[in-house]
Amino acid sequence: SMFITEPGNLAGVQHIILVLSGKGGVGKSTISAELALALRHTGKKVGILDVDLCGPSIPRMLRAQGKAVHQCDSGWVPVFVDQEQSISLMSVGFLLQKPDDALVWRGPKKNALIKQFVSDVAWGQLDYLVVDTPPGTSDEHMATVEALRPYRPLGALVVTTPQAVSVGDVRRELTFCRKTGLQVMGVVENMSGFTCPHCAECTSVFSRGGGEELARHAGVPFLGSVPLDPELARSLEEGRDFMREFPKSPAFPVLTSIAQKILDATPTQPS
Amino acid sequence: MKTVKHKILVLSGKGGVGKSTFSAHLAHGLAEDENTQVALLDIDICGPSIPKIMGLEGEQVHQSGSGWSPVYVEDNLGVMSVGFLLSSPDDAVIWRGPKKNGMIKQFLRDVDWGEVDYLIVDTPPGTSDEHLSVVQYLTAARIDGAVLITTPQEVSLQDVRKEINFCYKVKLPIIGVVENMSGFICPNCKKESQIFPPTTGGAAAMCQDMNVPLLGRVPLDPHIGGHSCPQHMAGLPRAGQAASALWLSSCFPGIQEFCNLHQSKEENLMSS
Repeated sequence: SMFITEPGNLAGVQHIILVLSGKGGVGKSTISAELALALRHTGKKVGILDVDLCGPSIPRMLRAQGKAVHQCDSGWVPVFVDQEQSISLMSVGFLLQKPDDALVWRGPKKNALIKQFVSDVAWGQLDYLVVDTPPGTSDEHMATVEALRPYRPLGALVVTTPQAVSVGDVRRELTFCRKTGLQVMGVVENMSGFTCPHCAECTSVFSRGGGEELARHAGVPFLGSVPLDPELARSLEEGRDFMREFPKSPAFPVLTSIAQKILDATPTQPS
Repeated sequence: MKTVKHKILVLSGKGGVGKSTFSAHLAHGLAEDENTQVALLDIDICGPSIPKIMGLEGEQVHQSGSGWSPVYVEDNLGVMSVGFLLSSPDDAVIWRGPKKNGMIKQFLRDVDWGEVDYLIVDTPPGTSDEHLSVVQYLTAARIDGAVLITTPQEVSLQDVRKEINFCYKVKLPIIGVVENMSGFICPNCKKESQIFPPTTGGAAAMCQDMNVPLLGRVPLDPHIGGHSCPQHMAGLPRAGQAASALWLSSCFPGIQEFCNLHQSKEENLMSS
């Protein structure tokens, strides 16, 4: 059947931000979730679209795993992760019968699902939609960028860790952004050092400085360094609101500052 | 592939858990015996980390009559990666499935590995086109098994459970699981911290649940995490290496044992 995209579904979304990384495991989903929580903290209404079809991490991070999705006339109803209904979420994680099922699909089937996710979720009114992507520069990314293009995303946040291996992949991701016309809002360096809770010595577990250097080299803003923080790791495991519950934890100040920079960079007119 | 005795896939459901790091260390570990020929293939087309980890950035591959020549790190350790084909570190390989599959096929078919005892295949994270392709191409040539890498976090374990089910689905034997980034020893005060708390019991609990072997646990170590090349790691003073390198190499005998057992089973089948 011919699918006519419902213009209504994303019409109420003011600003769309993609969170990318060339490398896996650098904290894209973490930063996506924390950015959403931080923006909500400032009073914004936020949606999260988890397009990582093979590894949908977001539901667990927001204690929404196992929730059922329903359909309405305009499409899928996103899941609210909080009582106040200020954060809504759509993830392929909700569609898996069993959480341990592997989604072993080839490109065209994945692309079709992404297209559906982008156009068929009834988000309603949102200030921000944060789109969490899988790592790399592959089918899913191209499908995501193409599907979102008509809605003119605000830009992309690129996440890296400090070490050279990660930075190398991010350079390729920046090339991808350039090639696909996606504006880079900035680079976030995650897992930037660990302060020993016993002796307060800070160790650069994953080397240091790569993210900031990369941002400078590429001429894009450097948004901040997020340190390794076991409370943050634990919050993500347990689906807790780190931004609300752990304001004294090492990662809190920089996460707040990154959200503020996003707010500052948001034009007053919808993008 | 006919001249390759044992093929080991290094998999993970989750990105960034240390697949490439482990693959590089495993390759070096197996190659410590001069009489063992080892090959390392990096099929992470979008994020080829192996050249950097092995200290081979900027190397070019050459073609000869018999195919592509791997880059030799040691006499008995050859490496092939799509990273070698990118002209600049900024080049992005933005290919869709069929083109990626074509590249993988070429790697598996046209690289002149010579006589190899162990081929280690480093894969990208997930259960995507690349995995389906490599398993399809290699199944015909008999894969010994897969080593799965995880961190202690549930967010990693939940992806690795999917990967285990993927292995069952495609009938790929599982050699075992390695839990990486398992604890951190402060280089200053030597006390241990859990940077990635195993809130759901870590890999040990998962392995018990899913009835797969736990090959070992490797702690967080800035020497490894900062990506010192494995060959440089070997040169570090014993005190500097301490737990991590030893934990890493403690995983290797289990892998070799599995491969040899696999081989004798095959030989028994053939001779019966």
